[in-house]
Amino acid sequence: MTTEIDPTALAVFIFFFLLVTVMGFVAARWRVPKTLAHIDEWGLGGRSFGTWITWFLVGGDFYTAYTVIAVPALVYTVGAYGFFALPYTIVVYPFVFMVMPVLWQKAKDFGYVTAGDVVYGQYGSRGLELAVAITGVIATMPYIALQLVGMTAVLKALGLHGEVPLAIAFIVLALYTYSAGLRAPALIAFVKDIMIYIAVIAAVAVIPIKLGGYENVFNAAQADFTAKGAGSLLLGGNQYVAYATLALGSALAAFMYPHTLTGIFASNSGKTIRKNAVLLPAYTLLLGLLALLGYMGHAAHLTLSSPNDVVPALFQTLFPSWFAGFAFAAVAIGALVPAAVMSIGAANLFTRNFWKAYVNPKVDPAGEAKVAKVTSLAVKVGALLVIVFLPTQFALDLQLLGGIWILQTLPALVFGLFMNWFRAPGLLAGWFVGFFGGTYLVWSNGLKPLQAISLGGAPFTVYIGLLALAANIIVAVVVNAAMPKQVAAA
Amino acid sequence: MRKRYATAACWLLLIPYVGLLWVPFYNFHDPVLFGFPFFYWYQLAWVPITAVLTWIAYRSMRHDD
Repeated sequence: MTTEIDPTALAVFIFFFLLVTVMGFVAARWRVPKTLAHIDEWGLGGRSFGTWITWFLVGGDFYTAYTVIAVPALVYTVGAYGFFALPYTIVVYPFVFMVMPVLWQKAKDFGYVTAGDVVYGQYGSRGLELAVAITGVIATMPYIALQLVGMTAVLKALGLHGEVPLAIAFIVLALYTYSAGLRAPALIAFVKDIMIYIAVIAAVAVIPIKLGGYENVFNAAQADFTAKGAGSLLLGGNQYVAYATLALGSALAAFMYPHTLTGIFASNSGKTIRKNAVLLPAYTLLLGLLALLGYMGHAAHLTLSSPNDVVPALFQTLFPSWFAGFAFAAVAIGALVPAAVMSIGAANLFTRNFWKAYVNPKVDPAGEAKVAKVTSLAVKVGALLVIVFLPTQFALDLQLLGGIWILQTLPALVFGLFMNWFRAPGLLAGWFVGFFGGTYLVWSNGLKPLQAISLGGAPFTVYIGLLALAANIIVAVVVNAAMPKQVAAA
Repeated sequence: MRKRYATAACWLLLIPYVGLLWVPFYNFHDPVLFGFPFFYWYQLAWVPITAVLTWIAYRSMRHDD
């Protein structure tokens, strides 16, 4: 892969980057409310987003730049197993359809901005609120850092090495998020998604033609896997359970993250969310085709320094440089939208469930908006420092743990929507066991998210997030049943 | 009556979980469609199927908000 600067590609890239920068600042004036100095306005866009804006916003922060780079990279390396992202992003929507409108209604009725608010409102426990809020923040930080990994991959392909271009992109992002809040990523998401759609549709239509059709693409990948002795077009017998549990566990975790919840809370109605559960799978179709770029990398006989280069290298090798520049801009902007929403989600959590709870309980909405704006800057600077000073693997490992952690907030956040039986001590004990038990299992497996289990027969591997969730729920039920009601209420 | 119909439609939403999480259903190479092994086109086919099932559930619901 060449890493010389290509002036055409770079010019196209810079044009689109400037375009979204202008849009980011203009966003403060888009659908303008009486005041932006309110956390509902800055952090949730005034809870006014209809079907289309929600579709672009949730799609834009759920299918991230890191996905665009990492899913094909994983499929390139391991084959079928990396395809679990597809069932994951399908089964997530029936769950969103049933659960999220109920959650939205509750947030709307009581003015909740974060998952921590919902839990405190339901159970009146500062401890449980803090557990949910801290989990949200620490699960999101490495996720933001990974967006930078995605961006680094395309900057590298453009010939821009070192940390300066990344830092510039991020400072620009931080400034317009600061001024416009959630309106900035919501507006930019339109441009980002249309660009990603064009790039991916071109890729899945044009590349197979250049490489002799899909049949040839799959055959080339199979030949490479056989020669290498690793990876396969189909799952091995011991991968079945791992594949299914990873898909299910990831799906249940996906909308527990602060950034996806922010997209949900920002919608204008439960109906909007249900409609989106019908419409958002359009992105999943795109993701499935995108994943196959991993196999196209084999058919194109790329030599890569890292699997993460597979998508940029394909565009660079098989398309004219102006289109490569366009596609790279799409990926880089695709990093900005989720990074912005993630930092807003984390900032909302800090403001509502830490600042308001412990530092200044009398803070007014304008004060909240101010704290959240400053926090969003701090969160982004933190993520940038992680990428600049720590090895990428660190962010990857943390992100992997983050998925397991955030899944442990599901019982506290969701169960109370449908039943009144659970109380805070049981849920907190469950969270504790799931969070630390899951972390321990991942640690003892050498930072792999899978645990081998043998029930008499052949051993199989299970996603640790789901195991930890099971332990979490069992402990919550047992503690809740064992604890007399009066004690819990006191 | 309307409510019972809506509840029934929501059970449809369990179908994708069965179809996609039970891997032995689809871990095959053949039949190949447009060059895609069965494993791939089967899972891609669940995208529109799930969207349609969700749409049926959506249509069956009363939207009070």
